[in-house]
Parts: sequence; structure tokens; C-alpha cells
Amino acid sequence: MLTIAAGLRDQIVAHARADHPDEACGVIAGPAGSDRPQRFIQMLNAERSPTFYRFDSLEQLRVWREMDDRDEEPVVIYHSHTATEAYPSRTDISYASEPGAHYVLVSTRAENADEFRSFKIIDGVVSEEPVTVTSPE
Amino acid sequence: MAIEVRIPTILRTYTDGAKSVEGTGGTLDELFADLDARHGGLRDRLVDDAGLRRFVNVYLNDEDVRFLGGLGAPVHDGDTVTVLPAVAGGAA
Repeated sequence: MLTIAAGLRDQIVAHARADHPDEACGVIAGPAGSDRPQRFIQMLNAERSPTFYRFDSLEQLRVWREMDDRDEEPVVIYHSHTATEAYPSRTDISYASEPGAHYVLVSTRAENADEFRSFKIIDGVVSEEPVTVTSPE
Repeated sequence: MAIEVRIPTILRTYTDGAKSVEGTGGTLDELFADLDARHGGLRDRLVDDAGLRRFVNVYLNDEDVRFLGGLGAPVHDGDTVTVLPAVAGGAA
């Protein structure tokens, strides 16, 4: 199960909307082992494509080092699909390389309805998980 | 002295869980061959017939080795090599 603050969910959706029709991508870091997403990090899509995303390699190195230094890990890895459903594609599955992460997919295909779903992708196997959105106290 | 190689979580099955390992060589290619002698199978996850695997990022110190000559990039004692799987995907 993914538990995520409403504000973080809104930031992911806003990023996806802003980059539409290209795919948007990023990470939410959290303390290692906590499974709590806390720090929103919007990443460049080096492909600038409506059907593909890839983190810029140097930005990824910088962000991964920063997480290492802060004892964080990528709790959430998100990206958007802009014309198809918020479900991992074959491409998503074959490149998924963080078995501990929640893979969040957002679809911006409908203008008024956001699709926001979360998955574990481990050894090529996708399992959808419930998302609990927590409101600020 | 040797070259430190930082290993991502997903490849630590080849290093008995170690976050970093050490190796030697004059080029990245030689370094990977040296590592493979102790961590069998690791090289295959980094390299294919065409060179560096497309969805693996390898950095020499702070540079992406793709800009330094790929597998032929010279490496020296005291360097740090970092391996990170590319984060990629998409609807296509």
C-alpha cells in the first residue's frame, strides 16, 4: 500500500498536467526503510516525448547522491502517460529497476479526471496496490 | 590503491549485498572484466555485444562515461565508478 500526503499527490498531478502532452517524471524521496514519501523532486524527461521518459543521467546522479547523503531512498518513482491508462506498459516493466519503490502512474488523457495509481514492479511482475491519501493535520 | 565501484541495490545480488566493491584495470572494460572474476555475472548486466547496456548509466567520478569514450574510457587508482540503472519507461 502507498500512503502519500495530499500535497505530494497534487504536486505529481500538477507536474504531469504542466508537461502534457509529453510525459513527466520524478521521484519522491523518503527516509531509508520508512516507506514514507516526503521530498518531492521533479526530474527532467531527457526524451521530451509523449510516449517515453528517461531521467537525465547527470541529474539522476546528482539526485541519487543527494538521497544517499541524506539517508533517503526513492520511495516513489512517478511518471505520466498522456494518451493511455495509468497502468505500467511493457516498456515500464522492462526498465523497472527499483524493486523497493512504489511506481506511481498518472494519466492525463482526460482533461477533467486524474487517474493516479500505484504499483510494485518486481522481477517483471506488476502488482497494483491501494493508495491512501492523507490530509494535512 | 584501487578503483571503487558503487553498486546499485538491484545488482547487489552479485556482490553479496555489498554497496561498493573494488577493482583494477586501465580502462572501464578491463575494470569490469576484473570485477567479473570475483563477482560472476556482474559484467553481463552492464555490457552487451554492442558495448555498455543502453539502460545502465555508468559514471566515472562525476561524468557519464558515454561522454568519455564508453568502455574504452581510461580509469585510474582512486577513481570512483558509479553504476545506476536508468530510470526510464513510457507508454510506447
